[in-house]
Amino acid sequence: MEVSVTVNGREQRQDVEPRTLLVQLLREHCGLTGTKVGCDTSSCGACTVLVDGESVKSCTMLAAQADGRAVTTIEGLGTEASPHAMQAAFHEHHGLQCGFCTAGMIMAAVSLLEENPRPTEADVRFGLEGNLCRCTGYQNIVRAVLAAAEST
Amino acid sequence: MIPAAFEYVRVGSADAAVSALAEHGDDAKLLAGGMSLLPLMKLRLATPSVLVDVGRVDDLSYVEDAGEHLAIGALTRHRDLETSELLRADCGVLCGVAGEVGDNQVRHRGTLGGSVAHGDPASDLPAVLLALNASFVVRGPNGEREVPATSFFEGFLETALAPDELLTEIRVPKCGAGGWSYQKFNRRAQDWAIVGALAVRAGGSTRVALVNMGPTPLRASAVESALASGAGPAEAASQAAEGTDAPSDLSASPEFRAHLARVLVGRALEQIAPAA
Repeated sequence: MEVSVTVNGREQRQDVEPRTLLVQLLREHCGLTGTKVGCDTSSCGACTVLVDGESVKSCTMLAAQADGRAVTTIEGLGTEASPHAMQAAFHEHHGLQCGFCTAGMIMAAVSLLEENPRPTEADVRFGLEGNLCRCTGYQNIVRAVLAAAEST
Repeated sequence: MIPAAFEYVRVGSADAAVSALAEHGDDAKLLAGGMSLLPLMKLRLATPSVLVDVGRVDDLSYVEDAGEHLAIGALTRHRDLETSELLRADCGVLCGVAGEVGDNQVRHRGTLGGSVAHGDPASDLPAVLLALNASFVVRGPNGEREVPATSFFEGFLETALAPDELLTEIRVPKCGAGGWSYQKFNRRAQDWAIVGALAVRAGGSTRVALVNMGPTPLRASAVESALASGAGPAEAASQAAEGTDAPSDLSASPEFRAHLARVLVGRALEQIAPAA
């Protein structure tokens, strides 16, 4: 079947099997490998992207379900020269170690601030419950998200 | 992990969904948010040959005041329940517990109707609806029928829905903003409840429901009877595991779950007890 998804502002028309997952569409068909597959069972959040501005786990959504929607991945958030405020805050506050969870963590955090622009620390911790970091970097991740909230 | 191959049919209305189910028979499954079905399909525990996607039937997404009760469209997402001011005022317990389902990403996709139709006893919201004596409007080839929550959940992942029927609306009696407590025990914040206990004051009585204490969501009838006869929270909570059939899995033994049920029901009842 043909799906048409606007990915990071560019229309992507792809011929896919119905069982194709959104994360496969992004990584294998569009070549956008910033989005990671972690647990593959919608627990870890590494595959988090935005669909119409809201965080979703792209390993548990069909490409067909994203047909006609706008998807934002980590590649569409900012550039190396001009990072998004959340990317800058993760950099500044050392909100990552190995980096595997980072793309999903940042996308989840962007969606969180969209819904709650002035979160408390508890709001941030609760709001990121769907994203796991195995380097135990939560302290600095929370600091980074709070800093990004203050800077915008 | 990739699901087994299937034919994908997207429908734009409830009637089109019912027609598609009639056409494709028992091998078809309805897809709403996909938060329960897609993981099962990826694990190949479910292998429907046709998926009927109702995710864009937007006129089944609403929370409306219908007088004595609230009418909620089956495709209303958890996120929309969590942020509905109408629900917060007239059925605070459903609004609040919706905010405890899964995590933000799951609540952006998952729907109330999907959760109900899936019939998982570890889900939070079916227990809330059972406690509130909600009812479910179901549409099939021969028209609509209304099924009370008390007779809807028949077994593990089994409900009163026939293979050719679509759940369209959930009707919930109004119960006000407060007077409830949901105690969810799990190891990671986003996980399913190992055991969940709900206490809510509604319709002049205190209702108590249990999550993951049997093959379906359950009412803790012994606790409710004890409360009605004047027992205090601690005494009533001691009967929380009566009549339950708790599962055994990697998270907990049946004995541990029975203990959790007594403790959690006790905490929930203490929380909603009027201040002395």
